[in-house]
Amino acid sequence: MSAERLLTSSLRELAAALSEGRTRAEALADAALERAQSLQERLNAFITLTSEAARAAARAADERRRGGNVSLLSGIPLAHKDLFCTRGVRTTAASRMLAEFVPPYDAFVVERLAQAGAVSIGKTNLDEFAMGSANEHSHFGPCRNPWDTSRIAGGSSGGSAAAVAAGIVPVATGTDTGGSVRQPAAMCGVTGIKPSYGRVSRYGIIAYASSLDQAGVIARSAEDCALALTAIEGFDPRDSTSLDRPAEDHAAALAATDGRLDGLRLGLPREFFAVEGLDADVRRAVEAAARTYESLGARLVDVSLPRAELAIPAYYVIAPAEASSNLARYDGVRYGYRAPDYADLDDMYRKTRAQGFGDEVKRRILVGTYVLSHGYYDAYYLQAQKLRRLIAEDYRQAFDSCDLILAPTAPTTAWRLGEKDQDPVQEYLQDIYTIGANLAGLPALSHPCGFDAAGLPIGCQLIGPYLAETRLLLAAHAFQEKTDWHRQLPPL
Amino acid sequence: MPAIDLDRIAELARIELTPDSAAAFRADLERVLALVDRLQAVDTTGVAPMSHPLDLPQRLREDAVTEPDQRDALLALAPAAENGLYLVPKVIE
Repeated sequence: MSAERLLTSSLRELAAALSEGRTRAEALADAALERAQSLQERLNAFITLTSEAARAAARAADERRRGGNVSLLSGIPLAHKDLFCTRGVRTTAASRMLAEFVPPYDAFVVERLAQAGAVSIGKTNLDEFAMGSANEHSHFGPCRNPWDTSRIAGGSSGGSAAAVAAGIVPVATGTDTGGSVRQPAAMCGVTGIKPSYGRVSRYGIIAYASSLDQAGVIARSAEDCALALTAIEGFDPRDSTSLDRPAEDHAAALAATDGRLDGLRLGLPREFFAVEGLDADVRRAVEAAARTYESLGARLVDVSLPRAELAIPAYYVIAPAEASSNLARYDGVRYGYRAPDYADLDDMYRKTRAQGFGDEVKRRILVGTYVLSHGYYDAYYLQAQKLRRLIAEDYRQAFDSCDLILAPTAPTTAWRLGEKDQDPVQEYLQDIYTIGANLAGLPALSHPCGFDAAGLPIGCQLIGPYLAETRLLLAAHAFQEKTDWHRQLPPL
Repeated sequence: MPAIDLDRIAELARIELTPDSAAAFRADLERVLALVDRLQAVDTTGVAPMSHPLDLPQRLREDAVTEPDQRDALLALAPAAENGLYLVPKVIE
């Protein structure tokens, strides 16, 4: 089997091919790099490809394999969202502000995957500072959807989702502040999981909204997500919100099941299915997925999330407020861009930030500054935080009568590039199904469940109670044992 | 909704807005604030604000140096540095 063919194999198949000597890590890295380069002009999935470092890491993985014990991820090519700091490799956050920034250290996630022997081939495209739902707000140009290159890949982790969907790498990292792993996974027809807040260290992830940001993974199946997620879980003292819990072996749990979901109660929030703007094809596919789950033994139950619609206004106060504070650090002094001409220090700040940030980042900083400013703090920021508690409470109550929540990941399939970039609110409304899990800190995943009339992938979302990652992955894995939506490849 | 004092907000955020872009940002901000204004209608009497998904206290650690000295590597990232110091435009006349 050719190395390129192997790139659409499962991680276990790849690991077997490596351990049986049918391929080498270096051959896989070469194939991944070659495919990334050949698709770059059409997809723009990457901001930086690290060919030399990838080949060196792959050769080292091959060397270690000859020495004996290696982990399952050893020699597997992958890509990191360009929001994870990588030592010696520029990390841009898709912003002019950081276009030349070369971090002196690795993010926890990068460090852990490198320790496991995985081979990073480069840094993927995203919305600037992870702010967006289309991957159109990138200083390096939009990422395009492998299923239709006139359409968005989703965002903000669009490059990671597109790279996996296009068969460039079998797994890629992402971050999810309001749906940024799940939504692009849905748009590109791949599987993505955002774990519980605190599960994966945020150390070395360029901050957007710290009480919502969480790292995750995108892959071709729930099983591959399980393998990659286990590698990046675990306590890290360098993140003050890291949970002091060991990593869980999710994939072992998947291997131990019989594929049945008898007794699992799947809650369908009635408010989610009543959303105005839920596309008819998406609704049909997600309802069909629910019936597939039923055929596996799950029981469908009606649940209510009464404040579901208020998640959007709550999020678009809290996230910009935290962003305006987090992004205050970009002042042209310690690192990053500095405007070339200015009158004095204050003028240097204002021009540096005017030239270094793109429009969507400026919008969110301005909104955040407004809602935190004197006279508006109580009405907006404090009120949004109170709503956040009520929304989290709605989820807690829903989980009294179900084990997992099933919902669409997004109300529509991928839209055309430029279609929603005139009015930011149109893009924000697309986040209705995903942001609740971030506000409440819950784990959630998206897996493919069909196609619309135009042949574009549709995502089905599962949301779990706190720390129920294994349960989410078990359910999605059972679904994928029974269906082949996740095995479809885009016509590239 | 009160009129947005965009000049003040931009000043607080240290972002220079050109007259052209100010008009577009004002329109965008008005749209976003109209969206988030829906929060005002909800009765939240007696609800404690939730600032974070984890109701955990901050961890404490030993008061000991744990970071290696990376001064040169960090200063090398600065747009302007000299003699171990960050350079900024003159602040005091």
